[in-house]
Amino acid sequence: MDVLALLADGFATSLSPVNLMIVIIGVTAGLFIGAMPGLGSVNGVAIVLPLTFIVPPSSAIILLAAIYYGAMYGGAVSSVLLGIPGASTAVATTFDGRPMAQQGKAGLALIAAAVASFVGGTISVVLFTLFAAPLADLALAFGPAEEFALVLLAFTTFVGLGGDDILKTIVMICLGLVLSTVGLDLISGQPRLIFGDMPGFYSGISFLVLAIGVYGVGEVLHTIETSKSAPAVTPARLTFRELADGLRRMNRLWKTMSIGSFLGFFVGMLPAAGATPASLMAYGIAKTTSREPESFGKGNIEGVAAPETANNAASTGSLLPMLTLGIPGSPTTALLLGGMVMWGLVPGPMLFIEQPDFVWGLISSLYTANFAAVAINLALIPLFVWALRMPFTVLCAMVLVLCIVGGFAPSQKMHDVWLIAGFGIAGYLLRKADYPLAPLVLALVLGPLMEKSFRQTLIAEQGDMMAFVERPLSATFIAIAVLFFLLPLIKVWRARSGKAAISPAE
Amino acid sequence: MLTADRAIALAIIGLSLYFMSHAIALPIGWNGETGGPGGGAFPFWLSLIMALCAAGVLIRSFGTPDDGLPFFDPETIRSVAAVAIALTATIALTPILGAYVSIVLFLLWYLRVFGGHGWTLTLSLTAATPLFLFFFFEVTLKILLPKGWTEPLFLPLYATFF
Repeated sequence: MDVLALLADGFATSLSPVNLMIVIIGVTAGLFIGAMPGLGSVNGVAIVLPLTFIVPPSSAIILLAAIYYGAMYGGAVSSVLLGIPGASTAVATTFDGRPMAQQGKAGLALIAAAVASFVGGTISVVLFTLFAAPLADLALAFGPAEEFALVLLAFTTFVGLGGDDILKTIVMICLGLVLSTVGLDLISGQPRLIFGDMPGFYSGISFLVLAIGVYGVGEVLHTIETSKSAPAVTPARLTFRELADGLRRMNRLWKTMSIGSFLGFFVGMLPAAGATPASLMAYGIAKTTSREPESFGKGNIEGVAAPETANNAASTGSLLPMLTLGIPGSPTTALLLGGMVMWGLVPGPMLFIEQPDFVWGLISSLYTANFAAVAINLALIPLFVWALRMPFTVLCAMVLVLCIVGGFAPSQKMHDVWLIAGFGIAGYLLRKADYPLAPLVLALVLGPLMEKSFRQTLIAEQGDMMAFVERPLSATFIAIAVLFFLLPLIKVWRARSGKAAISPAE
Repeated sequence: MLTADRAIALAIIGLSLYFMSHAIALPIGWNGETGGPGGGAFPFWLSLIMALCAAGVLIRSFGTPDDGLPFFDPETIRSVAAVAIALTATIALTPILGAYVSIVLFLLWYLRVFGGHGWTLTLSLTAATPLFLFFFFEVTLKILLPKGWTEPLFLPLYATFF
């Protein structure tokens, strides 16, 4: 079979000593970043991205993907040991992970989380392997009209499914898109939005600057606010007997873990959904289908397994549209996409044709990353217990220094460092006022593609707007986009008519 | 909370108008010759949508009762503002005193004064960080960090490592 041959070639790349070491380093770094309360995969990737210049582009992406992966495993560690989710994606893991730790079963909870993450990760990587090539083939037929429609669709998922305030979501999408137009107009080549001829804006605003600002500086300010006192770490020991016991118990949770994996994978593909809602949904399903739903929230091992399979599966799922279509499925994959563009690798169907070594190397590295993550995760549990005792003030100081230097390094302009500070403070305030940040980052990354595809289509069709609905694929995407956009309105209307129906009866 | 919500909405409207005032430097309407919108159209009309949505947030805030919660409690604003000011000062000082001096000053302040850590931890981290930065960025990646007035001090180091 074709896919297997390609995958085998990929393993030849990813199992090379250099790449194997990169995966191990990335996964270990990701595990620690994920385990730190407040820092998740997106913060890890944003802060580490400027440091990856040290390795060649294809290895850099494997490194970042490994960090992404490790952080997904690591998120569970602080959920269990501190009762604080290590990242928003591990919120659902605290529901049962924390009670288990309080009952002295912290070790078992961590085993459950690691094994569940492994199962979720592996099933979703297999799904990824199966879907990647066909989806990329389909995407080959995409012209600019389809690209525009698809980006539009990505944004409307935030409006329809994001769950945040709709007006505030649209504000953030528009802000990101407007910031992406700063620099030189891509059709006429004239400078625009350079704010009184400031030279620093001629090259545009890098996604990295916004990401380090929002997810580095902004996150630190947020952490300062939320972590006034050092939390208490629950000690966890791990014996081989516990490990055997944990594996035996996990063996009975195949149904929960399979549901979590499939759910996570498909929910993760949607830009607005992703790992957090997927893990909450998986938890909900596990609870409702359980024979003893009342034991959930009191330390049921199934309540740890379900969200952990789902959030790992979702992180793989969100890589699929990024790699095949060039549309990221989450803020973290948006950063990976930005990084790839920076290194001259343009994600999308052509990548599968032009750089098959790289694509399949990356996909196969997800398999190795999974094995590395579960082994390192279990082996390093004592180290996590120690690392989590690190005071926030030390962690935050280090992150801020990395933000300053890491922001300076790619462009070597102080202009970018100032922007990082500005975006960080503004992002912190906006987040506090319930403005969602994920659409902002996605919009900045996708903005150039959206504008280019929109204007290319219109130039090709002599300004005929019908071009977007005359092609069947793009018409379908636009129809779904309109549906997502109208979804909140339909909900409001149904809620109102529902109320109207009830109130006369009262 | 409502006051902050309104202030932020107003700030976004102001920002949108500012963007729009710059976007009109390029044509914002339909470009007859090439087909399609002009170079200023994307930023202009998106800024307008942004302004309208922020106005929507503002108008809505007058119809909702205040939850009475403050946007900032005094302790939060003090610590967050302190860090924000320290960060700004560090960035401002970087081109003048160089990255190494300003980052050392920042770490001394953050760890010792803000974090209240002991001298052992403070000094070991403050010493290790610039060393790591130097060897990682300058020696390995060949990315020179700003030195400012401290530039002459680095000349012997350059001679050794490059």
